[in-house]
Amino acid sequence: MYSRGMNALELSHLQKSFAGVPAVRGISLSIRQGEIFGLLGPNGAGKSTVINMIVGVTRIDSGSIRAFGYDNQRDYRMTRRMLGVVHQEVVIDNFFTVDQALKLHAGYYGVKDDPVWRQLLIDRLGLRPHLEKVMLKLSGGLKRRFMIAKAMIHKPQLLILDEPTAGVDVELRHGLWDFIREINRQGTTILLTTHYLEEAEQMCDRIAIMNHGELIALEETHELVRRLSNRRLRLWLESPLEEIPTALTGYRPKLKADGRELLLCLPTGEGAGILLQQLCELGLKVRDIETDQGGLEEVFLQLTGMKGDEDVH
Amino acid sequence: MSTDQGPGYYSWLPFVTLLRKEILRFWRVASQTLLPPIITALLYLFVFGATLGERLSVLEGFSYAQFVIPGLILMGVINNSFANTSSSLFMSRYLGGIVDLLVTPVSPSQFIMAYTLAAMLRGVLIGSAVWMLSTLFAGLPWQSPWLAILMALLASFLFAQFGLIAAIFAHNFDTLSMYSNFLILPLIYLGGVFYPISILPEPWKKLSFLNPLFYLIDGFRHAILGVGDTSFLLAFGVSGTIALGLFCWAAWLIGKGHRLRT
Repeated sequence: MYSRGMNALELSHLQKSFAGVPAVRGISLSIRQGEIFGLLGPNGAGKSTVINMIVGVTRIDSGSIRAFGYDNQRDYRMTRRMLGVVHQEVVIDNFFTVDQALKLHAGYYGVKDDPVWRQLLIDRLGLRPHLEKVMLKLSGGLKRRFMIAKAMIHKPQLLILDEPTAGVDVELRHGLWDFIREINRQGTTILLTTHYLEEAEQMCDRIAIMNHGELIALEETHELVRRLSNRRLRLWLESPLEEIPTALTGYRPKLKADGRELLLCLPTGEGAGILLQQLCELGLKVRDIETDQGGLEEVFLQLTGMKGDEDVH
Repeated sequence: MSTDQGPGYYSWLPFVTLLRKEILRFWRVASQTLLPPIITALLYLFVFGATLGERLSVLEGFSYAQFVIPGLILMGVINNSFANTSSSLFMSRYLGGIVDLLVTPVSPSQFIMAYTLAAMLRGVLIGSAVWMLSTLFAGLPWQSPWLAILMALLASFLFAQFGLIAAIFAHNFDTLSMYSNFLILPLIYLGGVFYPISILPEPWKKLSFLNPLFYLIDGFRHAILGVGDTSFLLAFGVSGTIALGLFCWAAWLIGKGHRLRT
């Protein structure tokens, strides 16, 4: 059906405007088969517009999208059956119960209902006690799980999850991520957007960050974090420091614990050797030292120019 | 049977599934979709068949009940075909469920045909129920039963298309009900369901010929009673042309994803 070597998704110079206002400005990126790819960005960055263009809900102004080598406009039937999508907004259809809707949904994709697969999804997503309920009777978390089951019922090659855990409690979030990891191990490529950056950092092989409709970063997750986040040093001093020496200003120093604890940030790409040498020259005696690497959240805030209290978790 | 789109893929299945879903949608809520129009028709039949009808005569050789029953049958067909496509598609748009469909391989032609056939089925079911109930009040001569069936199918097809178009352009439920209350209903009532156009004074008589519903109703009655205000061919030709025009419009709108895709 498709070559194993090709990318699961290729976006090329993708552009979209709404009423003359650009929402997506020339995005190009590729998602490899079998990876978990995170598309991050603040609200209004254009993530959902990109996803809607991939799945065909939003028309493309210019550029192209290829899924497993097929153009999503010309070969839309082929591409759409390879994709499964969980939209950010909960879609409600109260005419059918969970079980009936799942049975029907496979047919829209041109595949016959596979009871074994359906039962597996029902069990793994904890829907069994709710099979005879209509959507209106489901809680928010159950609606999300049902939407994931619907998106997976035709066994897509690429599963797109647009904020799948928005408004979902911690326990369920963990359960959903475990399930997503499991289907990924079985070969399904995952494209996800989330505001939970810690989860994105743990889940994603690669991450793209969008802001104002543009791609501002695309890298392996650990490389992105390593390259763009600062290492932090926490020093416990033998004797309290009354004033921070001006030589340390470049390390964004902070004093704590009555001057006995000094917090410093190493500039990106710089080792601790130079700093330690400077501390010796300043005559500061260090009793203990602790280092930690900043996370994706720091990178995200730095790249998008957001403050720490905005829109990320 | 699979297609060139890979093993396990059945190109007809999206259409059959959508058709099944659309039929189940009205069947599951039959008390809201099938029962009320039948009760309304029964009331009309009672009023015009068993009470007033005995004192009225508008067409020589036929009782008033015989005259009015074809119009009532077609009214049921028209109203329900329109209601099915318009409410189903509009609710999908309004509640966001349309997105579930837009991301699937259902093609625009499969989309239109599934919605249309389900609407036609609902319209024909109501029309058949009204006809069966009408036998309690008067028998019909059924001069050309196949032509009558053809006109009923054409009416249901035409209003299924109109329902799709209305659902695409409606902004809210009020706009949608305006199509029924302020367009279809007056056109039906002024289209010769309850009286022959020939008894109207001018200019109402001439104006009635501009009413597209008149041709559907008159053609259907002509096929059943063997007489009408105009020839069957003209009635069929005008109705067929309008149906084709609406179908092309609906197909264009859905093909473009107008107000469905962003």
